[in-house]
Amino acid sequence: MTDQTAENPVIAIRRPSRLREFWASNIAYSFRRNPVAIVSMAIFLLITGVAFCAPLIAPFDPYDPAQIDILNSEYPPFWVYGALPEFSLGTDDQGRDLLSTILYGTRLSIIIGVCAVAVQAFLGISIGLISGYVGGRTDSVLMRLADIQLSFSTLMVAIIFLALTQALFGSEIFSRYAVVFLIAVIGVAEWPQYARTVRATVLAEKKKEYVDSARVLGFGPGRIMLRHILPNSLSPIFVISTVQVANAIISEASLSFLGLGMPPSQPSLGSLISSGFDYILSGSWWITVIPGAVLVTLVLVINLLGDWTRDVLNPKLYKG
Amino acid sequence: MTLLSVRDLTVKFGTRGTPVTALHGISFDVARGERVGVVGESGAGKSITGFALMNLLSRPGYIDSGEILFEGKDVTKMSDREIRRLRGNRMAMIFQDPMVTLNPVLTIGQQMIETLRAHRRLSYDDARQISLVKLKEVYIPSPEARLDQYPHELSGGMRQRIVIAIALLLDPQLIIADEPTTALDVTIQADIMELLLEMCRSNMVGLMLITHDLGVVSQVTERTLVMYAGRIIESGKTRAIINDPQHPYTQGLINALPQQTPPGTRLRQIPGSMPTLSTMPPGCPFNPRCELATDVCRARMPEITQFGEVQVACHEVKRLHAELAELEGAQ
Repeated sequence: MTDQTAENPVIAIRRPSRLREFWASNIAYSFRRNPVAIVSMAIFLLITGVAFCAPLIAPFDPYDPAQIDILNSEYPPFWVYGALPEFSLGTDDQGRDLLSTILYGTRLSIIIGVCAVAVQAFLGISIGLISGYVGGRTDSVLMRLADIQLSFSTLMVAIIFLALTQALFGSEIFSRYAVVFLIAVIGVAEWPQYARTVRATVLAEKKKEYVDSARVLGFGPGRIMLRHILPNSLSPIFVISTVQVANAIISEASLSFLGLGMPPSQPSLGSLISSGFDYILSGSWWITVIPGAVLVTLVLVINLLGDWTRDVLNPKLYKG
Repeated sequence: MTLLSVRDLTVKFGTRGTPVTALHGISFDVARGERVGVVGESGAGKSITGFALMNLLSRPGYIDSGEILFEGKDVTKMSDREIRRLRGNRMAMIFQDPMVTLNPVLTIGQQMIETLRAHRRLSYDDARQISLVKLKEVYIPSPEARLDQYPHELSGGMRQRIVIAIALLLDPQLIIADEPTTALDVTIQADIMELLLEMCRSNMVGLMLITHDLGVVSQVTERTLVMYAGRIIESGKTRAIINDPQHPYTQGLINALPQQTPPGTRLRQIPGSMPTLSTMPPGCPFNPRCELATDVCRARMPEITQFGEVQVACHEVKRLHAELAELEGAQ
């Protein structure tokens, strides 16, 4: 008697690692083949990377009044005559180093954009799922709400809301919680975009047989919605998310430009552009133009990535 | 012992205006471990019956009247929670196309484990073990590896085996199989049917096989219901129905089998097509296509009556039997 256990030889097919699997996938392949996507992704990563490392790499802290000297105001960037070597991109009207301010401002803009989209996605996906899955009267009510919301332009809703809160709480408290207010208002104003997209996909997915078979297996509506239908409707959600981040960043910039967003003491890209706008005709164009260029590049790059995801995730759009 | 007893089940579809009736008061029983075939043309109400048993009709369909007693309890009167406890657990369903019934974004293992854990208090590892055992039971090679695969990585036959394994996961008492082999290769159809038969036999599971393949019905089932336009028009022992069909429609179905026609001659068929729900003829729904139709058939719906081993709803069959009995009486 040998004590060798007669174990069944298990033919174990080793699955490749997650990373390797991703590298071999269609998405990665299409990405490698698309120079626009590669360049966009590189610029996007560069901007976000640099922005999020702002406290480490920025030469000055624009939030620290001790480092700001009004006498340093309006120095031009290095390639213009009269620049100071320590302010490579010049200074703004209050004497802050423009490079540092842009880095901090971009970080703020991206945070507001992403968080606002998270709020939109949460509201929109839940409402869209319920609306599409339950259907009937619930669907009509929720979708009419969405229509009403869409019939006001985002900016109008945001301006009214922000102007009211500013008047209500006073500008002291408002400027302290401006980030939260901005995220809330941009998040709430744009949920119908998500809700409509999600509802449309849910309506299509709901008809498929795996949903029937999930019901046959005795799963409740919550589980079917979240675990079965939602994962199958993710691709349009991805596409819309990228576009919405760009939109949210623009909305934030517009609101800040109108003086309803970030206060000048904690400038985002929008309020920086706005504060420089007063000086644009007096020769200090860089205060507006340089943050403006950063904003345009950021939004453009995100939109290009959004286009690319749409092409990849929608097989009907394959270009030959 | 009856497992399922359906009494006067009427299903309607509420479209604009007056609702149309999809099932006209059908009644039948399924005993524990019994295999029942439901045959009929497309649109006869076979699948609707299956869905109604699970109380899964979605709008605009609804159960208008009648009762569905499953293990003594009426499914139509159960709360949502009770029904959910029944579905998958006591009663399972297998659909036509295994390509679309498995969720494409979850692995086989995730789907099986989720099903188990939704109904039983089980740890993840225990659920995985049970899933493995069930996959082995349906003869899936290297089940360990299959658990981590996605449905698209498997062939159609393999997927239907997995669907069967999922249906058997919670040891249900009744499996409703809605044309389980229609979407498969002919070579695999026989395998899957054999598997289903074996599974039902060894686990004493009742099977309701919805199909229009009379060959399959004769091999797998013990009893057969023939449906036409939302009614059961003939029911009884499968052998009796296949060997000696009574209702002209059943006769037509069996005569239409290619094996019934000598080679080289035209295949026989039943002329015409089934009436739609909104244009149901008066009297027997089969009368416009029936060669034996009389004025009585065009006026009144025949009642289902017992003749020997089978129950038939046909005026002509009733008349013939009455004449036969008279002749025998006279002798």
